[in-house]
Amino acid sequence: MEKKKKLLIDAMIAVAVYAVIMVLLNKGILNRQMRSLLTPICTNVMLAVSLCLIVGFLGELTLGHAGFMSLGAYAGALVTINLPFPPYVSLLIALVVGGCVAAVAGLIIGMPVLRLRGDYLAIVTLGFGEIIRSVINSMDITGGARGLSGIERMTNHKHFTIVFILTLIVIVVVSNLVNSRHGRAVCAIRDNYIAAEASGIPVSKFKILAFVVSAFLAGMAGVVYAHNTGILKPANFDYNTSIEILVMVVLGGMGNIKGTIVAAVILTALPELLRGAADYRMLIYAIVLIAMMLFRNSKFNAALMEKKNRKVMERLQKEGN
Amino acid sequence: MALLEVKNLGISFGGLRAVDNLNMSLEKGSLVGLIGPNGAGKTTAFNLLTGVYRPTDGTITLDGVNMIGKTPSEICKAGIARTFQNIRLFNKMSVKDNVKTALHNQIKYSLAESILHLGSYKAKEKEMDEKAMEILKVFELDSYANTFASNLPYGKQRKLEIARALATNPKLLLLDEPAAGMNPNETAELMETIELIRKKFGVTILLIEHDMKLVSGICEYLYVLNFGTELANGTPDVVLNDPKVITAYLGE
Repeated sequence: MEKKKKLLIDAMIAVAVYAVIMVLLNKGILNRQMRSLLTPICTNVMLAVSLCLIVGFLGELTLGHAGFMSLGAYAGALVTINLPFPPYVSLLIALVVGGCVAAVAGLIIGMPVLRLRGDYLAIVTLGFGEIIRSVINSMDITGGARGLSGIERMTNHKHFTIVFILTLIVIVVVSNLVNSRHGRAVCAIRDNYIAAEASGIPVSKFKILAFVVSAFLAGMAGVVYAHNTGILKPANFDYNTSIEILVMVVLGGMGNIKGTIVAAVILTALPELLRGAADYRMLIYAIVLIAMMLFRNSKFNAALMEKKNRKVMERLQKEGN
Repeated sequence: MALLEVKNLGISFGGLRAVDNLNMSLEKGSLVGLIGPNGAGKTTAFNLLTGVYRPTDGTITLDGVNMIGKTPSEICKAGIARTFQNIRLFNKMSVKDNVKTALHNQIKYSLAESILHLGSYKAKEKEMDEKAMEILKVFELDSYANTFASNLPYGKQRKLEIARALATNPKLLLLDEPAAGMNPNETAELMETIELIRKKFGVTILLIEHDMKLVSGICEYLYVLNFGTELANGTPDVVLNDPKVITAYLGE
C-alpha cells in the first residue's frame, strides 16, 4: 500500500514538473538562456542516474562515463546524418544504435572490472574514456578534431516532450532495476561480494550487467546531447565531463536516485545562471566534495546517525513487545 | 549413501600444507562438528567445501555430484550454504532484503521483468516477501524486517546470517563459529535455534566451534583437525576424552 502511495507521489511530481515547464515554454516566459538549458539538464540527469547504477549501487568507481556518452552521441549522430528516414524515426533508431554501441563498450570495459577494484578500476576507466576520445579525434568518419556537424536538432527545447519522456525512461529503468532481484544482487555485491557469491549470486555476471545497462543508458543520453547541440567535438567528452557526472552522483548521495536527479539539475543550471562565478566552478566542486567527505566522517554526523538509529531501535522494541 | 563425501582433500599454499588428507562423510540430517585448535585449517576446509579455494587434491561430492571446480555461487545452487566467522551481511540493505537476496535462485523472473516491473514481477516479489518473512519469523527477526542489517545487535546479526544461508534452500549448512562472541545465554539460545532449524528445514549441518558446551551439547559426531590433518573422529564423549585431542588443545 505504502509503495503504491510513493509511486503515485513520484508520478505526480513528474507530471507537475512537466506541466510547469510546458506552460513556461509556451507562454514564452523562459528566456533564451533558460530554454537552452532544458535539454542539457535532462541529459545530465540521464547520465548521472545511469552512473548511479555503477557508483551508487554496484559500488565501483568509474571515471569513463563520458566515453560511453561520446560513443552513443557519435553513433547516433552518424545514423541520423547518413540514413534517409523521417526525423523522429531516425532519432528512435539513433537512440537504439547509440545505446547498443555504448553497451558493447560497457561489456568490453566490464571485463577488466572483474579483476580490478577501487582506485585501479578508476584509472582503467579513466584511460578508457581518453582512448575513446583520441580514437574519435583521429577518425575521418567522425570529423576528427573539427567535429561532426549538420546533426538535425531533434531534441532541443522545441521537442522538450521527447527529451522529458526519455529522461523519465532512464530514471524508471534504473529505479525499477534496483528494486528487483537483479538489483538486489548488484547491491549485495557492493555490500559484500564474498557473501553475495556464497549466497548463490554469480558476481562476475552481475558486475558486467550493471556496466552494460549503465553504458546503454549513457549512450542514449549521448544521442540526446548530440541532437540538441547539432555539433559534436571530441573535446566535449574529456575526463572533466566524467568527473562532473561523478560529482552529481556523489553530491546526490551515492545510491540515492532522487538526490542524484536534484544534484544533476542544480549542478547543470547553477554554473549557467551564475555565469559570473563560472571561473570558480571547479574550485567550488573540490571544496564541496572535501566538505562532504569531512562531514560524513565527522563526529557530528556520527552523533546524528547514532541518534537516528537509537530512535529506530526504540520503536522496534516497542513494537516487539 | 552419505550426503557429503570428502576424500583425501588437501590444499597447499606454496610450501604450506593448510589441509592434508581430510576425509569426511556426512549422513543426511546429521549434525556434525569440526573442531581443532586455532590455525588447524577448519575455515580453510570450509573454504574448500564452498569453492572459495580450489583443492590441490582430493574429491568432494554432494549427493553423488562432484563439487570440485565449481564457483562458490554454483556450489550454493547445488545445495551448500555457509555463514562466516566474521559476520558478512549486506549492511546497507534491510534485513528482509538480505534474505530476499539469498532467494535469488529460488524465485526467479527475467531481467526484462525486472526493468519493466511487469509480467510475473509482482507475484514473484510477493512470494519472495512471504518466504523471507516466514524465514525471519523462525529466527524472531520479523519485527526488524525493515531495519538496516548493520543496525542489528551482534547476536541478531549472527542469526540473520544463518537465516540468509537457509534462504538458499541448502541440503548442507556450514556454520563457521556461530557462537563466537556470544554470552552463555545467547549460546544456549543459539543451540535451540540450531536444533529447531534442523528439524524445521531438514538440513544437514556441519559446524566449526570452539565452545565445547555447544559442541558436546548438540553435535552427534566430531571431526578434529590439527595442523591441517585429521587427528580424531567419533562421537563427542569419545573424542573429547581422547588424550591426543586434549594434548592438541592444551599441550603436554
